[in-house]
Amino acid sequence: MSRFRKNQDNEVPQVSTASLPDIIFMLIFFFMVTTSMKEVSLMLSNTKPEATEVTKLERKSLVTYIYVGYPLAAYQNKYGSEARLQLNDAFATVDDIQSYIVQEREMMEEDTRPLMTVSIKADADCSMGIVTDVKQALRRAQALRISYTAREVERMSYK
Amino acid sequence: MAKNKVPEVNASSMADISFLLLIFFLVATTMDTDKGLARMLPPIVPETQDAPPVNERDVFEVLVNARNELLVEKQPMHMSQLKDATKEFLANPLGLATLPAKREVEVPYFGIIPIAPNAVISLQSDRGTTYQTYLSVQNELQAAIDELRNEISKRQFNKNYSELDEEQQKAVRVIYPQKISEAEPRSIKK
Repeated sequence: MSRFRKNQDNEVPQVSTASLPDIIFMLIFFFMVTTSMKEVSLMLSNTKPEATEVTKLERKSLVTYIYVGYPLAAYQNKYGSEARLQLNDAFATVDDIQSYIVQEREMMEEDTRPLMTVSIKADADCSMGIVTDVKQALRRAQALRISYTAREVERMSYK
Repeated sequence: MAKNKVPEVNASSMADISFLLLIFFLVATTMDTDKGLARMLPPIVPETQDAPPVNERDVFEVLVNARNELLVEKQPMHMSQLKDATKEFLANPLGLATLPAKREVEVPYFGIIPIAPNAVISLQSDRGTTYQTYLSVQNELQAAIDELRNEISKRQFNKNYSELDEEQQKAVRVIYPQKISEAEPRSIKK
């Protein structure tokens, strides 16, 4: 009988926090792996348009980005308020696309070059004029796989 | 002879340090993956080459003007009706003479079934159309094709199109190809 009552008066032992750092480290690794740092600092407005039928762009290394939008307020006195393009970290014109695509293609592995996809990240309020110009430039640059970046929504709201 | 013990490193601050790192990565993380509507642009054709002749009934003409209004097969239409109209056109369930011509073709898994191999959607937008409208149109067309593909996959394989294997998807794509042609850009008069 007394054998079972031996520890009865002891306090509840403290929860050991020795494994806490390990748990946190695990979380860190998770976030480190899933993190994608912002590639460029945007100098123009970029409200994604909405769509329901979107597909994921799978391999990041195959994707080249072209941003289209209106310059942010800070850049407007220099670049005007008309819709413009941004390639990497600078404003560009439609004529720059061809050399940009060539340059990006050069940086890719030889065998993945045909799979190059250009993601057009255009502002929802842009007019099609500039987007059409971009598309024509891409056709001239032989970059035919494109993706119109959009935000996934459950239902479209049509006015 | 006194055995000096190396004092153990105090590891209690480890948790704090790792918390700091954790918070940094939490803040720096952008989880949003890039999603969008995938399309293929047509290669540039030499100007001397004429466009291949197409039958009027095989073309589903969608025009969008600068005021974001739709004109589908010469009829004004609201965006919410576009998907059903597109489905009707591509499937042509009643075999109407105004909708695309059908031909009996042998398709793997499906046998000999009537399909409309020449049906094509022609999309033309104005330079003044807003991008959201253009993308909505693209989205509705895509939705129509996806729904048709899903319907036929469900009937044949009892699965959604995305769950089929490569070969089966190919067969479904033969029946409902994604043919969206975009006319060379020009301004549409109001």
